[in-house]
Amino acid sequence: MNLALPLLVPALPALGAAAGLATGKKYPGLARPLAVLPVAASAVLAVVVALQLGTGQSLDAATRLTPTGGPDISLALHLDGFSVLISLLVGLVATLVQIYSTAYLKDDPRYPSYAALVSLFTAAMFLVVYSGDLIVLLVGWEIMGICSYFLIGHHWETEDARSASLKAFLVTKLGDVPFLFGIFVLGADAGSFRITDVLAAATEGRLGHPTLIALLLLGGVAGKSAQFPLHTWLPDAMAGPTPVSALIHAATMVAAGIYLVARLMPVFLLSSAALVVLAVMAAVTMIGSALCALAQDDLKRVLAYSTVGQLGYMAGALASGDRDSAVFYLVGHGVFKALLFLTAGVVIHAAHTNSISAMSRMPDLRKRVPDAYWAMGIGLVALMGLPPFTGFFSKESVLTAAEHAAHGEALTRGAGPASAVPEAAGWIVLVAACLTALLTAAYSTRLWLVAFHGRAAAAPAAGAAAAEAGAPYSPEIDEADPATAEPPAMRWPLWVLAVPTMAFGLLGLRDNWLPSLLDGGSLRPTLATTVTGTGLALAGILIAYAAWRAAGARQAAATAGTAPADPGRLLLGPVHRFAQHGFGVDRLYSALFVRPTAAAARLVTFLDREVVETYVRGAGNGANALGWLVRRAQTGNAQSYLSALLAGAVLLAVLVAVGT
Amino acid sequence: MSTLLAATGSLEPAARSFLSPTGAEVVFLLVGLAVLGAAVVSVTTKQLVHAALWLVVALGGLAVEFLLLTAEFIAWVQVLIYLGSVVVLVLFGLMLTRAPIGRSPDADSGNRWAALLVALAAAGTLVTLVADAFRTSWIDLTAGGGSTRATGEYLFRHWVLPFEALSVLLLAALVGAIVLSRSTSGRLPRPRAGKLRAGKPVGRPAAPAATVPSTAPTAPAQER
Amino acid sequence: MHLVYPAVLAALLFCVGVYGVLARRNVVLVLMSVELMLNAVNLNLVAFDAWLRDAVHAGQALTLFTVTVAAAEIGLGLAIVLLVFRTRRTADVDRLTLLGDPSEAAPEAAATEPEGRAA
Repeated sequence: MNLALPLLVPALPALGAAAGLATGKKYPGLARPLAVLPVAASAVLAVVVALQLGTGQSLDAATRLTPTGGPDISLALHLDGFSVLISLLVGLVATLVQIYSTAYLKDDPRYPSYAALVSLFTAAMFLVVYSGDLIVLLVGWEIMGICSYFLIGHHWETEDARSASLKAFLVTKLGDVPFLFGIFVLGADAGSFRITDVLAAATEGRLGHPTLIALLLLGGVAGKSAQFPLHTWLPDAMAGPTPVSALIHAATMVAAGIYLVARLMPVFLLSSAALVVLAVMAAVTMIGSALCALAQDDLKRVLAYSTVGQLGYMAGALASGDRDSAVFYLVGHGVFKALLFLTAGVVIHAAHTNSISAMSRMPDLRKRVPDAYWAMGIGLVALMGLPPFTGFFSKESVLTAAEHAAHGEALTRGAGPASAVPEAAGWIVLVAACLTALLTAAYSTRLWLVAFHGRAAAAPAAGAAAAEAGAPYSPEIDEADPATAEPPAMRWPLWVLAVPTMAFGLLGLRDNWLPSLLDGGSLRPTLATTVTGTGLALAGILIAYAAWRAAGARQAAATAGTAPADPGRLLLGPVHRFAQHGFGVDRLYSALFVRPTAAAARLVTFLDREVVETYVRGAGNGANALGWLVRRAQTGNAQSYLSALLAGAVLLAVLVAVGT
Repeated sequence: MSTLLAATGSLEPAARSFLSPTGAEVVFLLVGLAVLGAAVVSVTTKQLVHAALWLVVALGGLAVEFLLLTAEFIAWVQVLIYLGSVVVLVLFGLMLTRAPIGRSPDADSGNRWAALLVALAAAGTLVTLVADAFRTSWIDLTAGGGSTRATGEYLFRHWVLPFEALSVLLLAALVGAIVLSRSTSGRLPRPRAGKLRAGKPVGRPAAPAATVPSTAPTAPAQER
Repeated sequence: MHLVYPAVLAALLFCVGVYGVLARRNVVLVLMSVELMLNAVNLNLVAFDAWLRDAVHAGQALTLFTVTVAAAEIGLGLAIVLLVFRTRRTADVDRLTLLGDPSEAAPEAAATEPEGRAA
């Protein structure tokens, strides 16, 4: 294969970003082609690379970047089924998001820089995916982080966006510090930063500290993929523009952590402790975030918590030792979550609000955005995991992996021995995944019903909804004309994404389709998990529907209450209040870390201002006082000068006389 | 004239006693006390003109001391120049600066006590030093060493060049005194015709005074 | 004659002159005190000339020169004093403090400057 092709894939969007940044101010007309074309070309090239590589093949190429004295850093390329598959996802979603953004941010004065950053992000993601060297991977990883920071803060005029971008940056950096050290330990143990060498070292058992490495790497994964202790930044990151949420905070960047664990799966399989930690992390994340999603009123936050939960699914699959199902889930989820976010963008555009309860009072929202209505339906069904949509197959593969792991026969697909995965991890993941399947179906149903099937008769005027107190604030620029609520550039990407949302899962049915691109194991759902998973999803749907009816009936009985019928409130009961605020994790962190840090900063300020400055001021005042004293002597009276002179002369004479 | 080596005076310590002074010594001491007293009164009196007159006494006494030290010519020069001209100049200065006749309470500055301290310390040091160094030195006074003839001989035989240089110095001082005494405005260039610009006067506002340089003594008188 | 007598007299006369220079307020009196100091030096010169019996009479010759220089000095000094008096309307040494710290001397300078202009 021509090496230039895979090298061009990350290079083109990077060049496009540079060109966009350079010309954005002077030639705004160039911004749109410069945003869309390089990314689209990269997507096409990614397809070509995938086709040329074929199945079951891998490609390695490297050139030494710099001698370090220790393990060399090399500009390495590693292509296999995992990387080309994810690069296809990245290319597809990034292209569609760029096209979508041309309409979504049509009137935004900062569109050129926005598009350039999205392109740069895409380049970094390609770099992460294609990289065969951990250090180079880390470079892409951090570029993604900084792009995410800038894009979350796109509407920096608002306090929300500023604090959210800072929070996202700090929290992910907090994870990146152990990640960096994990890479160092890994490189030191394996004697190389090349992923192939590292994996070889892992299978030969040459790694000295597998548990330490795995736990350190998990820190970075938890930060990037928003897993339990470090997940708090992702819901806040929804302050960014919706297409950014679709690309970065749903489909690609947050999946990078999962991708990394999948790439380094043999390393993780060496440490059962790390797998248990990963399983617990995943379980807590998916259940907690599903409960939170059930309680949110902001459409984008529901989807954000859903993303956190789905990432927990992937982490669970990894904890069960099955990276095929994790990557399968990753790609499927990337497609349908991008679809969901893009439809959410359309709906928010049309409704002028983020609040689903406010949307429920708009009688004709469904009719104003028919494409988004149906596309969101498709996406939500995929999210619930009903056959034959993507979500069904990927969820089944995860459940199957967990079930096998629980029985001690984990589907490691050749990455390691089946006994490497502790049964406890399998059980934890299995139980949590089943529960989450139920909850996911419930919140998806709730979202669908509340947002589009509200009883509009109860609301006197739809416009009043925007003024409702406590309604989530949307900083994005509205397109006031309802007739253009769904411009073509925003409509047809939905349908492009809807196709794989419906059909991608079917690729896992035949062993020589998708699985042959990965490790080759079967991704076909088994009967037991199908019945369990689908049954739980259906149960969730029914429960949510029943609760919605009940809530609606109760509201109808009351005198035209202000609160719309929200099944989430009814289902969660007393937990609702906590779930709405993410179970107070933010407040806990604020009390544990933010406030002590702020207090320490105030202390330092105080010390600097009152103690250190006192010395400085004292030095100044001392010099002044000394100067004042000396000035007293400078009276200008020649006689006193002369007196001092003669006195000194006499004194010298006496001293000399006495001394000799 | 004896040679330089022979001119070292007498060094016998026991030969001369302070308890048996010669006549010249007695006169020197008495006149010296008078000189010292006059000098002290001169620098402490509150009456400025009296201070100048007491200075005359002190300088005159010094002329007597010079005579006793056989320097006749210098003694007369002292009388001529100091008593004749310097004191007169000083009196002129006092008059021209409108020194008050009679007691002026602020004749001494606030620096007096420091001055007294310094003077006493210097006096103590110097007297101790000089007395310790020249305790036993004796001057053999021989008449004629400072006569006009001898003075003329050594001055115009050995000191001609410094003498001439000194005359040049005197001339320079004379010119300098005249320049300093002239009114400063007289040195400004006169405004030339045609160079005058409207609204911008050239030179000092007191133009008539500038054109007529007045002599030093008359200027204060005019102002008064 | 003992050398000590003229030497001690000269030293005391010199110190009296020092006192006068340092303590007197009027500039003319300061100049007078300077004359006293010069005369003390003259006395020393003459006494040591008599003691050493110098062949070229350096002491007496220098005394003559000193007298001459003193005459010149008092002439120039008085000219300066008169100039100062004309511009500053004062002959007091301790009021001529323009060399001092400006903040201390400023009021005095400001007060005397217009008068100097008027002269």
